Amino acid sequence: MFPILETKEIAKNVYLQRILAPRVAKKRKAGQFLVLRRTDDGERIPLTIVSSDAGEGTVTIIFQAVGKSTTEFARMKTGDAYLDVVGPLGLATHIEKFGTVVGIGGGIGAAPLLPIATAIKEAGNRLLSIVGARTKDLLILEDEMRAVSDEIVVTTDDGSYAKKGFVTTALQEFIDRGEKIGLCIAIGPVPMMRAVAEVTRPHGIRTMVSLNPIMVDATGMCGACRVSVGGTTKFVCVDGPEFDGHQVDFKELVMRNRAYLREEKVAMERIEHKDGKCMGGAAVPAGGGN
Amino acid sequence: MADATPRPRPKPFSIPRQPMPEQPPQVRVGNFREVPFGLTPDLAILEASRCIQCKNPQCVKGCPVSVQIPEFIDLVARGKFVEAARKIKETNALPAVCGRVCPQEEQCEMPCVLGKKGEPVAIGRLERFVADFERVTGNVEVPGIAAPTGKRVAVVGAGPAGLTVAGDLVQLGHDVTIFEALHKAGGVLMYGIPEFRLPKEIVQAEVEYIRKMGAKLECNAVIGKSITIDELLNEEGFDAVFVGTGAGLPYFMNIPGENLIGVYSANEYLTRANLMKAYRFPEADTPLNKAMNVAVVGGGNVAMDAARTAKRMGADHVYLVYRRSKKEMPARVEEVHHAEEEGIEFHLLTNPITYHGDDEARVTSVECQKMELGEPDASGRRRPVAMKGSEFKLPVDTVIVSIGNGANPLVPSTTPGLDTNKWGNILADQETGKTSKKGVFAGGDIVIGAATVILAMGAGRKAAAAMHEYLKTGAW
Repeated sequence: MFPILETKEIAKNVYLQRILAPRVAKKRKAGQFLVLRRTDDGERIPLTIVSSDAGEGTVTIIFQAVGKSTTEFARMKTGDAYLDVVGPLGLATHIEKFGTVVGIGGGIGAAPLLPIATAIKEAGNRLLSIVGARTKDLLILEDEMRAVSDEIVVTTDDGSYAKKGFVTTALQEFIDRGEKIGLCIAIGPVPMMRAVAEVTRPHGIRTMVSLNPIMVDATGMCGACRVSVGGTTKFVCVDGPEFDGHQVDFKELVMRNRAYLREEKVAMERIEHKDGKCMGGAAVPAGGGN
Repeated sequence: MADATPRPRPKPFSIPRQPMPEQPPQVRVGNFREVPFGLTPDLAILEASRCIQCKNPQCVKGCPVSVQIPEFIDLVARGKFVEAARKIKETNALPAVCGRVCPQEEQCEMPCVLGKKGEPVAIGRLERFVADFERVTGNVEVPGIAAPTGKRVAVVGAGPAGLTVAGDLVQLGHDVTIFEALHKAGGVLMYGIPEFRLPKEIVQAEVEYIRKMGAKLECNAVIGKSITIDELLNEEGFDAVFVGTGAGLPYFMNIPGENLIGVYSANEYLTRANLMKAYRFPEADTPLNKAMNVAVVGGGNVAMDAARTAKRMGADHVYLVYRRSKKEMPARVEEVHHAEEEGIEFHLLTNPITYHGDDEARVTSVECQKMELGEPDASGRRRPVAMKGSEFKLPVDTVIVSIGNGANPLVPSTTPGLDTNKWGNILADQETGKTSKKGVFAGGDIVIGAATVILAMGAGRKAAAAMHEYLKTGAW
């Protein structure tokens, strides 16, 4: 069992949990993820590891309660335990001296971005960050990102906080003012990552994206998470989760992430029915994670 | 023999091979319960009495783990079922599994003298019967364990090879820890082989037996990620490591449309259905798309498992698409027979070339090509050759690609000094399991490629013996 030492709602429907998982904490590097299961009938949910403390043996995750499993995760209390925690999985982010790096986190994507941004900064890079959300209530990790960034721009789509607009608008402004960008890392909803890749493509800016397809075992055994990258099929769980954003077939990824929409709806209705109330929230694919 | 009085010998061939009662096809396609019910005690005694107790038993030579077959059958014939189970367990820690999934017709039963003129003794069914009898009557007992040797062994992968190694070495007094990447031990016995062929309760009982013998089990430990082999040897204080990580890398055909929604690897489909219990969705969380028309691509045992699972998941039509003829199918005859009985529709000499989908990227049809058999290829089987102009479409909403598995690269890619062949299989001595890295042994599918449960167990048995020797002497 893997007990939760701390759990809190850090934005609307967005939760942070610190979990005791010493083996994972000891090995984990920026960019890697873990898989969680709550009960013996539960599905395996992949989530990025936001931070870890090897001394304490803990890992920290941040997730949005959107589907059945993440909704149930959100209801767990301090002292409750996960049945299974597996990791660290996936390849660690390739960190080197790139010069100026732009790190973009959209919505919940700021969570996987934070450890990568931290490692990028620690490697001696100049870090320009863009953290965006649809609206103020959904914005997370602004302070944490600010602490590791040389410069940060915060955006909200609806202008309810900070700069009104999309993350791509802020990115375009960095490019327009003549920043020599060695690497752009974008993590967030698939349409956002696709839009970022289209902004950087004409400028030849190397762009990495972190993908969150549906997974089952997450150790390379099943192939549920396959994506097309440069015309070749890759398994995100072992070949990723980070790929060249100019090579990823985002359209295919969007489609594949919708594979279980109907089933997720059935599952959500069951817990809503059990609760006797409506939880709201959009359905996302089972095992969608991150 | 336990009993000095000789039992009356029947005239050879005077008793026919006893059939094993099973669920009728039209009933069983509606449930996930095991297909055969198993022999009754009376049937088992009758069947066992067919054995003529050869002086030079060929059956034992056909068994990869050399089960003392005539001896255990003699005990069955005398009604000593628990003793019979223990006789098997002297060389095979997983008899309830082997009695179900071993290809006995090409191993122990093939050389049976009775088979030359009639039908061989049903060795597999008897093995299954005594193992089940011992378990359900609560007679499972932990065998004697040797005094502790003070040596620690890490077993990587809790599949058939790893469980065998663990069982053997723990019995010899070594301190054994099994590391399993998934959340349940059993490997392919849990995620791959369906409930209706191998109930998961039985797998867990066998795992529990090995734990009761003293082996420790750590699930959720992905060796190569959570811990490396070098760390096991250098930091965690293990004296030897056995790698039995299996063939866990699904092959696809790389044809257009293969990433459409509804196209699964057999590993994914079966893992969802078996390990994750998708047949109980939504009580269990992991879903499978509801399918009406399913194409399973391939002709092996896994393809049969996938096809029969799809039928039980409620599909109206399940097509088995295989590029050669029935004769070349690698699946066991019994599995093919069960699949046919259950209404699986075989499209033989047929190969998929493209998958087509709708505007939601869900697969809607598989375009196939008819094949004819040409000259024999490297496998000795006649090579299928495409027939021009024979293309046709099968309407489907699910495809299960079951054309085999490669070696999982997680351990080899993170273990310096561990040599592999060009397919990524670990190079290991066939007799000892020794790899290129001192203290590291390997066996099962990670070495020989996707094969059978019993071959993996055979490799585990040999490796365990060599590991015991290494732990005693330190000589590599």
